[in-house]
Amino acid sequence: MSASSVSEPHLATKVMISMTHVEKWYGAFKALSDINLSVRQGERIVLCGPSGSGKSTLIRCINHLEAYQKGRIHVGGILLTDASSTINSIRREVGMVFQQFNLFPHLTVMQNCMLAPMRSLGLGKAEAATTARKYLDRVRILEQAEKYPAQLSGGQQQRVAIARALCMRPRVMLFDEPTSALDPEMVKEVLDTMIGLAEDGMTMICVTHEMGFARQVADRVIFMASGSIVEEAPPAQFFSNPTHERTKKFLGDILRKH
Amino acid sequence: MGHDEFLFLLAGLKWTIGLSVIGFICGGISGLGVALARTSGNPVLERVMKGYIALFQGTPLLMQLFVVYYGLALIGLKLDAWVAVSIGFTLHASAYLGEIWRGSIDAVPRGQTEAAEALSLTYLPRMRDVILPQALRISLPATIGFLVQLIKGTSLASIVGFVELTRAGNIISNQIFQPLLVFGIVGCLYFIICWPLSLFGTHLERQFATSTR
Repeated sequence: MSASSVSEPHLATKVMISMTHVEKWYGAFKALSDINLSVRQGERIVLCGPSGSGKSTLIRCINHLEAYQKGRIHVGGILLTDASSTINSIRREVGMVFQQFNLFPHLTVMQNCMLAPMRSLGLGKAEAATTARKYLDRVRILEQAEKYPAQLSGGQQQRVAIARALCMRPRVMLFDEPTSALDPEMVKEVLDTMIGLAEDGMTMICVTHEMGFARQVADRVIFMASGSIVEEAPPAQFFSNPTHERTKKFLGDILRKH
Repeated sequence: MGHDEFLFLLAGLKWTIGLSVIGFICGGISGLGVALARTSGNPVLERVMKGYIALFQGTPLLMQLFVVYYGLALIGLKLDAWVAVSIGFTLHASAYLGEIWRGSIDAVPRGQTEAAEALSLTYLPRMRDVILPQALRISLPATIGFLVQLIKGTSLASIVGFVELTRAGNIISNQIFQPLLVFGIVGCLYFIICWPLSLFGTHLERQFATSTR
């Protein structure tokens, strides 16, 4: 199979993200090996796997928070290179939500949401404020708009982080273990927000261990181990009938925990 | 000690403050450049700045003033004493503030940079709107501490003949032969500038801490 055949035109109009033979190295350590993944517009992907399997690294390559060394990544038809103009234009299309929220602590919720649209999309202040209010309302946290992040609970902060990413009107959302740093009683409010996004047709790639979420919204579940994609299947098949030993063991471990 | 002598001390104090302000502002502006160069990710630039900081932190301020004052005269630049010491203090302050702020920029959690990058913020807005405001807060105690050091350090400018507060005290003391009284007053004058500054630093620190908590 040649490098180009995976991202060939028959799907090109609908493919949002394609990764072909992607490799990522940290010095001598191979963090990702021969990753091939194609995500169509509106598709919801859940990435899971043991820690250190490369799932975070994979999604961080998509918006170039991590550089990759081999293969090719296309986002919205644009080839992701090391050129900063390309990186920035791709980052405008790709929103990201982090495990540790990473809200800007010195800015209010409102300012957190307005900063990037004003600075990188060039929106005026009034327009940015309207957008911010719209998405803060959508994650049901508009009443906290004038507070600072540290005055909010973890779940509220993560919803603000989702709103902040949405204010850039991205075509793709990446979630990097968005509920892992939350107290159990706050997980649901964040997952509900993500489910709402999925229902609205957002293209999403979620690194998560929330298997209930995977079952409910994922079109495909991808299992990774040691930097490779081991198994890839619709959730019904993935959970009831995994084919690989490592997947079975992982599911056994995770289901025992819950 | 008479009225005139006291006024002479106050004139010296004026120069002490002036020199501190010049050193802090010019040193602050170039120090920001040093800090940004030190965190630029460009290995050559980072190494050059590291050397610059090491040079100024590893040598006495007095020697730096001598080099600027006599060194510039040797290469034919005849500068007023106050211009020469201003250059000296600016270089000195830029190295120290550069290093303090470099540390503060590095102390801002990595996730802040990543979040800003993920939002497509380029270097300038990322630094100006996200990283530097947080670094400033982290650096405040050390920055104010250095400013206090700088104010007291201006007394060294007296060695190259610049009449600031310490030099003024020396002159008066030689005239009225009451060194204990004169330098007692000089000490008090330094104290009433430096101490409120330290208090202000503590206050700012507390204010920033509550505004984000």
